[in-house]
Amino acid sequence: MNVEFTLNGRKIAAEIDADENLYAVLRRLGMYSVKCGCETTNCGLCTVHMNGKAVLSCAVPAARCAGSVITTLEGLQDEAKKLGECLAGEGAEQCGFCAPGMMMNVFALAKENPCATDEEIDAYLAGNLCRCSGYVSQRRAIRKYLAMKIEAAEGEVRA
Amino acid sequence: MAKYRNYVIAQSLEEAYALNQKKSSVIVAGNMWLRMCGLNKQKAIDLSALGLDGIVEMEDAFVVGAMAPLRAMETHEGLNRAFGGAFKKAFAPIVGTQFRNMATVGASVYSRFGFSDVSALLLALNAEVILYKRGAVKLAEYQKEAWDRDIVVQIRIPKGQCAAVQSVRVSATDIPTLVCAASKSDAGMRIVLGARPARAVVVAEGLAPDAPQRVYEEIASQVTFGTNLRASDTYRKKIAPVLMARAVKACQEVAADER
Repeated sequence: MNVEFTLNGRKIAAEIDADENLYAVLRRLGMYSVKCGCETTNCGLCTVHMNGKAVLSCAVPAARCAGSVITTLEGLQDEAKKLGECLAGEGAEQCGFCAPGMMMNVFALAKENPCATDEEIDAYLAGNLCRCSGYVSQRRAIRKYLAMKIEAAEGEVRA
Repeated sequence: MAKYRNYVIAQSLEEAYALNQKKSSVIVAGNMWLRMCGLNKQKAIDLSALGLDGIVEMEDAFVVGAMAPLRAMETHEGLNRAFGGAFKKAFAPIVGTQFRNMATVGASVYSRFGFSDVSALLLALNAEVILYKRGAVKLAEYQKEAWDRDIVVQIRIPKGQCAAVQSVRVSATDIPTLVCAASKSDAGMRIVLGARPARAVVVAEGLAPDAPQRVYEEIASQVTFGTNLRASDTYRKKIAPVLMARAVKACQEVAADER
């Protein structure tokens, strides 16, 4: 079957199997930031945005994406650079395998609750597992990134 | 992983119901659990285009569409105001935000999972299930029934009560080892035990809020618990009275705050 959706701002038409998930389609389309870890909806590695919400692409039926707006980390490179610098600065990344999924969820958090407390950051990112850096340095990096976003927004208001 | 030959995005409930009458069909809601069931079906019927994801506040109840994601309920101001923040507290430990953006209340209710935090809270709140053909059925009754081919359309949650949920988990974001939900209304306390690991059940109704600990121990002694990888039946039986007492206490605190 054929499905049409918007991927990172571009209209896409893709041939899919009826039981295929979005993750497989995105990888086929060259979106290699989207990774599959657990395939049981627990690890958060395959997180993408679907119509503005963070979802696990390994569980989204590809056929359901018809007419949807899908965003992967490839479509948010400017933000990825800023958050990436915060993560590197705080030593919050080692193997980097979990980073794309975690970053996509941080962008969703920044949109939903830019003034998130440490507790709220932890709760929001509970579905993103990291096996090497630990979560404390990640939290520090996210705090820094959110503060940077708030500062930039305030700067815009002042200007 | 689930295998489907065809994937149909239903355009009406009538169409979805008609397609679902064949055993070779299956309804797809959140697709969180279904995809891992190893099903091999001719047709998957998707309900996402039917506008069943709303949460509407009526005078005496909230009506929640079957396709409403758990996250929508967790963050719904009206629902949390009416029930003392019970939805926020009960749903927040379920896996992660992305998971709760996708998992639907209708799928939890229909599937009657033996590990459900959702069913336990809804049962405590004496919710009703609105089915496409049969109409309204009390969730307490629906929980006992076998899976059929009717479609869950809405969940109706009556107002005028508050609730609290307590659960034990081996680790954060895991499926609960045991969950206890308590609600308080004019009819007294209602207590539900879930993740026994079996379908959630109402274990006490009309209970006085100041019941002594031995009452909870007596209730727990009459409930059937099971053993799985997370805990033994003996362990569950031991912690059930503690969770019941804590849930009742938390519920009373919520009620006191509301006053």
